[in-house]
Amino acid sequence: MLTFLGKRLLQLIPTLFFVSVIIFSLQQLLPGDPALVMAGEERDPEVIEQIRRQYHLDQPLPVQYVYWVKGVLSGDLGESMRIKQPVLSLIREKLPVTIQLASLAIIIALVIGVGAGIVSAVKKDSIWDYVANGFALWGISTPNFWLGIMLIFLFSVKLGWLPASGYVPISEDWRVSFASMIMPAFVLGNAIAAILMRHTRSAMLQVLESDYVRTARAKGLLERSVILKHAMRNALTPVITLGALEFGTLLSGAVLTEQIFTIPGFGKLIVDAVFNRDYAVVQGVVLVTATTYIALNLLADMAYILVNPRLRD
Amino acid sequence: MKTFRLAAAAAFLILSSAIVAAQTTLRIGLAEDPDVLDPTLARTYVGRIVFASFCDKLFDIDEKLNAVPQLALGYETAPDGKAVTIKLRPNVKFHDGEKLDADAAKYSLERHMTMAGSFRKPELAAVDRVEVVDPLTIKMELKTPFAPLIAQLTDRAGMMVSPKAARAAGDKFGLGPVCAGPYRFVERVPQGRIVGEKFADYWNKDNVHIDRVVYLPIVEDTVRIANLKSGGLDLIERVLATDIKDVRSDPKLKLATALGLGYMGIDINVGNGERAKNSLGNSAKVRQALDYAIDREALNQVVFNGEFVPGNQWVNPENSYYQKALPVRKRDVDKAKALLKEAGVTTPFDVDFMVPKGAEPQAVAEVIQAMAADVGINMRIRVTEFATSLKQAEAGEYQAFLLAWSGRSDPDGNVYVFYKCKAPLDYAGYCNPEVDNLLDQSRIPSDATQRKAIYEKLTRIILEDAPILYLYHPRMLIAHTTRLEGYQQMADGLVRVVGLKLK
Repeated sequence: MLTFLGKRLLQLIPTLFFVSVIIFSLQQLLPGDPALVMAGEERDPEVIEQIRRQYHLDQPLPVQYVYWVKGVLSGDLGESMRIKQPVLSLIREKLPVTIQLASLAIIIALVIGVGAGIVSAVKKDSIWDYVANGFALWGISTPNFWLGIMLIFLFSVKLGWLPASGYVPISEDWRVSFASMIMPAFVLGNAIAAILMRHTRSAMLQVLESDYVRTARAKGLLERSVILKHAMRNALTPVITLGALEFGTLLSGAVLTEQIFTIPGFGKLIVDAVFNRDYAVVQGVVLVTATTYIALNLLADMAYILVNPRLRD
Repeated sequence: MKTFRLAAAAAFLILSSAIVAAQTTLRIGLAEDPDVLDPTLARTYVGRIVFASFCDKLFDIDEKLNAVPQLALGYETAPDGKAVTIKLRPNVKFHDGEKLDADAAKYSLERHMTMAGSFRKPELAAVDRVEVVDPLTIKMELKTPFAPLIAQLTDRAGMMVSPKAARAAGDKFGLGPVCAGPYRFVERVPQGRIVGEKFADYWNKDNVHIDRVVYLPIVEDTVRIANLKSGGLDLIERVLATDIKDVRSDPKLKLATALGLGYMGIDINVGNGERAKNSLGNSAKVRQALDYAIDREALNQVVFNGEFVPGNQWVNPENSYYQKALPVRKRDVDKAKALLKEAGVTTPFDVDFMVPKGAEPQAVAEVIQAMAADVGINMRIRVTEFATSLKQAEAGEYQAFLLAWSGRSDPDGNVYVFYKCKAPLDYAGYCNPEVDNLLDQSRIPSDATQRKAIYEKLTRIILEDAPILYLYHPRMLIAHTTRLEGYQQMADGLVRVVGLKLK
């Protein structure tokens, strides 16, 4: 186990190196000059020069890369050119927001998606099945921004039940925080619920036809017990894997939804940074997201080994 | 005893809820997230809206764009125009309790002039040094006479910062600005909100009636207006012209407008690199033909429901510097065709038309395209993301470029950097020694009539050479709920919070 861990940790070094090179070089391909964007409407040449010097934009690319990596290794991800705030503190501010939104969205997705999937599998070809399938089709094909704006018009403008946008931290007022998160979380969760529903349904259908379920039924178990206790457990394995993947995606930021509901999370941070060519922020956020993915991947591999003795050698 | 306790608890609850109710908060929806909140390092228009609450300036502008005292009481220009003496308002305090005196004013101005990365340097480039005359008087010695100086001091270059706080924070001052405005900075969540609370020692505190001000950046126009309608906001800036009807028909909303300082125009590449070498770039007649092809009134009606004002100069027709003798040309297709014939151009011909991304610019470009096609000019629209369009404009990778300028209160800010040979915004690559000379002359006299006479000569040349075709002047559109009283819009589009009340 220790050898495995050591090997994997060693492998991390080149992986992270390549990731950092890719992050750094890809954004250099973006057309536009950060100094020009930052120089304001008048774009005074002296100011542009100063910005180039201050952020080492006047240096060759490899030198700029070394400056950045040096900073990263000493725990400094740089500073936002636009608002002069350290990138690390920006990430620290945005992460809880994104985690809160992603968690709520995945809960909504699991409750709706798995529930609808089981019902439609158990009641195959009934009206429930058609309704659930219709819902899935709707969820997959509805664009987030459209659904978001419609929800705002209904629940904020017409009914006045929920705030139209904005974010309030849980620590400040959990009720208002929940109210401000529920619409964006639903928009995100809705699309994922549709995918989860389709997967749950097919997995459930497969399991329900397997021998052990027939045995369970033959033993005279209650139908509810057969479905919830025996069939669902096995059917959920692929669904949980899928849910975890979707959760990972949510953590890297939901650009459109965050934009519409003005949720100050990762998605909005990175979009604004790209449009303003705020390189340090883009690099910092992508690096943190990529590292999280790699770390989670490593944890998953270790978990497999713990669970499955055959992989240990 | 139990009854007493209950009654006391009830009384406390009622009292505390009354206190909560008495706290008033003004929630303002911004169209973008501002950049750094340091008057020296800030550069965005949206940032200026936020500064209006936190940082007072030496001077402000009135409805007629005259400079009026704010932190200063008045000024005097030396007869040779090479010095300006400014008298400061007494008993003004910064948010940290420090006094605003001549030393502090000198410090703020010198910070603007010398700090690394200062965006104010070019605005105050004419200033040689600042001297303290007495505790409430400063004198700005100029390198050359510079008429637009006071206009510069009505914006960020005139914002005063607490020397103590600025020295302590260095270039991080923008994370917690300490100025002398009506509201004290409380917190900022980037892309989330900016909060200020009433400053108890504000020099004009009797006119500040709202306890807190919160700025919320909401980029989506539809969502911003939805927030206003649902009561989530009290005021929003940059309402779309197409939403005006909607706002006016809602009894709970009010629209405040003022004709803006800016303009929309078409920059034509006349000398910026290889791409200038074509019939449009080479011939003033062809550019005039394009100008005659455009029906500005129709454009205004189609895209902006007639709410904006057609224009042909760098100031709007209501501005005192507008040259009434040179009005907007009427559309004349025959004249345009004749000009093209005179220039010896075979029609139809293509023009690469770079247009920044956005619903309004794209709509404007399409109308221009349709009009130009009537005279045989085929404007090929190339929608380009903002940052890329800047880079390409600078590099001369375009033939025509739809360009919006937010405008300055002094005409110098709308014209000098665009037409002076090789100036930063001379994207067109326009160089004309006569124009350069007139531009320099226009900065000298402090008398408006004399300046206007110089600008008239300049306008005649520019309309003839046509390196920029001015199209229209947008209106500043601000919508607020009827709960908000006393709101008045100025031409610069800023949201001034002093004097406002919430019902």
